[in-house]
Amino acid sequence: TMKRLFSTSHSSVDAKEMKKFQLLAHKWWDEEGEYSALHSMNDIRVPFIRDTLLSMRSNYHVGNPLSGVKILDIGCGGGLLSEPLGRLGASVTGIDPLEDNIRTADQHKSFDPVLAKRIQYKSSSLEEIVEECMETFDVIVASEVVEHVADLEMFIKCCSQVLKPEGSLFITTINKTQLSYVLGILVAEKLIGIVPEGTHEWEKFVPPEELESILESNGFSVKTVNGMLYNPLSGSWSWMESTSINYAVHAVKSGAQAQPSPTGALSEVGSEQPSATAGTAL
Amino acid sequence: LGHNIHFHDKKIALLEAGPRKDYDRMPDSYSNRVSSISPGSAALLSSFGAWDHVCNLRLKPFRRMQVWDACSEAMIVFEKDDLGDMGYIVENDVIMSALTKQLDAVADRVEVFYGSRAVGYTWPLPSHSCDTSPWVQIELADGRRLQTKLLIGADGHNSVVRKEADIRNIEHWYDQSAVVATLHLSEATDNNVAWQRFLPTGPIALLPLSDTASSLVWSTSHEHASELLAMDEESFVDSINSAFWSNVNHSDFIDAAGAMFRSAISLLKPSGTAARQLPPSVAQVDPGSRAMFPLGMGHATEYVQNRLALIGDAAHRVHPLAGQGVNLGFGDIACLVHHLGAAAFNGSDLGSLKHLLKFETERQRHNVSLIAAIDLLKRLYSTRLTPLVLLRTWGLQATNALPPVKEQIMAFASK
Repeated sequence: TMKRLFSTSHSSVDAKEMKKFQLLAHKWWDEEGEYSALHSMNDIRVPFIRDTLLSMRSNYHVGNPLSGVKILDIGCGGGLLSEPLGRLGASVTGIDPLEDNIRTADQHKSFDPVLAKRIQYKSSSLEEIVEECMETFDVIVASEVVEHVADLEMFIKCCSQVLKPEGSLFITTINKTQLSYVLGILVAEKLIGIVPEGTHEWEKFVPPEELESILESNGFSVKTVNGMLYNPLSGSWSWMESTSINYAVHAVKSGAQAQPSPTGALSEVGSEQPSATAGTAL
Repeated sequence: LGHNIHFHDKKIALLEAGPRKDYDRMPDSYSNRVSSISPGSAALLSSFGAWDHVCNLRLKPFRRMQVWDACSEAMIVFEKDDLGDMGYIVENDVIMSALTKQLDAVADRVEVFYGSRAVGYTWPLPSHSCDTSPWVQIELADGRRLQTKLLIGADGHNSVVRKEADIRNIEHWYDQSAVVATLHLSEATDNNVAWQRFLPTGPIALLPLSDTASSLVWSTSHEHASELLAMDEESFVDSINSAFWSNVNHSDFIDAAGAMFRSAISLLKPSGTAARQLPPSVAQVDPGSRAMFPLGMGHATEYVQNRLALIGDAAHRVHPLAGQGVNLGFGDIACLVHHLGAAAFNGSDLGSLKHLLKFETERQRHNVSLIAAIDLLKRLYSTRLTPLVLLRTWGLQATNALPPVKEQIMAFASK
């Protein structure tokens, strides 16, 4: 399969991918169901986002740590990540190309008067909102999304356009390795079924080096790359040194006029372990 | 919870069936309902500023606890190495008043509904894609309706919340009632020792309130309890004194066996046997301060469910012989606040079972062994049968001679 660099549809959304998620649109909020692994991923990705952002802010209230922060949740699905971020005080805009997902997300947030005001959902692709949202957001999160997009380069470019200068981009995704094929697809989907079958295609997995290179060549500075590990027995996620299966990335959009560096140059930043993410228990 | 920083912009409602209790000065007479507050519980109360109010009203620290058998000479003494306070005897009204003051301080976050009663509970359906609200709905007696993400049941051993949630409760009524009263001592003394003697009918305890007054907690059979309440004040006082002082339950055999064991211990551990002190004698009882209530034990099979948590006596009920009941409840609170605070800082839905289960596991692990131990002690000390008396006599004497074991017991009980 080849990546289409000149996409005629001007979209990073893949129609085949959308069909896969349509079938499970109503299962989002069953914590023990198909999406249980995503629910438990909140236990590490929310503290990761929260602590990274707090380490960059100086005046915040612990009871409302992300108040005043505008976040864009791309591929928000049923709102699993938007809601905790909203509860921490952020103003969240969640977008997802699938209308059924947005409908589920809207309905779920409607019961909580506080969240209903803090979160806005829109059925849309990233490209569709670029025009009206130039440099609008302080933070973008694209969690478990980039392994589903059709055109990664364009996706990152659009992220850069809607992000304020010095804004943060958080990505979690799956590496393209033999191990990720065995564990991420064979075991997870076919053997023990913790991921609905057919969700992932190994061809579309993104190695961290490639992601870093695309980020750096589009005006981002990669600050952190961390490996993640899922334990199917305990149903919980943890951080690990190796990025060979799942990993998370934090990148910051450069403040000055973004000069794209020569393509193909690999990032020199590599893997840093931020002290804020390890053991964030209180 | 209202004072927890992670709850800064959350809303909490407290439904209280009783009236508001707020004292600036305590009345001269002591209330007959008191609790023994452990250092751990005192730390919790001071973490949100309530302990200061308790100290301003009144309390009595005690440094030493002597526990002994009526059927033998065996006894055990607890005291801290540094002679610091082992615990505090505080009237329940004082604690209520201190809590009320601190609730007032966070009135913008916590709304207290005095004299209220919940009459209807609607639990959320397990299905996650339904149209009805996923929160708990409560209907009050006055018709008002509340909805909440998390319902905490702290409504005592007859918990309605627990029953409505269909949580099975393992319970057992003891054939004992506790008689409480406020007593005046014959002479003023440095009243900083808590005394407890195990009679075959049940333990009798004297808890210091001041240098001249102590609180009585006498667990005994229902018939005897009624007699104690009915008799005139002089006879009542005589019964108390004789319960503490009389050796009528001793048998020569047990005394000899006990003495032999004691000399064996003193060979191995010279400092292991201390002299038995006698409690102060009682001169008078406060008129109208005598009351009785039946005793039982209970333990809920689950402390939590989706959007529900049980704490305190609603989750577990124990015999007063170890003075632990309210402290277990305070321990539940400290643990629940910790887990809810962490969940709030993670942006989690507060009613989510995941962190509630962590609370349940942590507390059940701690509580179950203590509850079982208290129940075992109650049964062990309810008999005159010689073999069991011998067992507990030697057991008590041995434990008294082993500081590491005593320290472990004190540490566990003072959490």
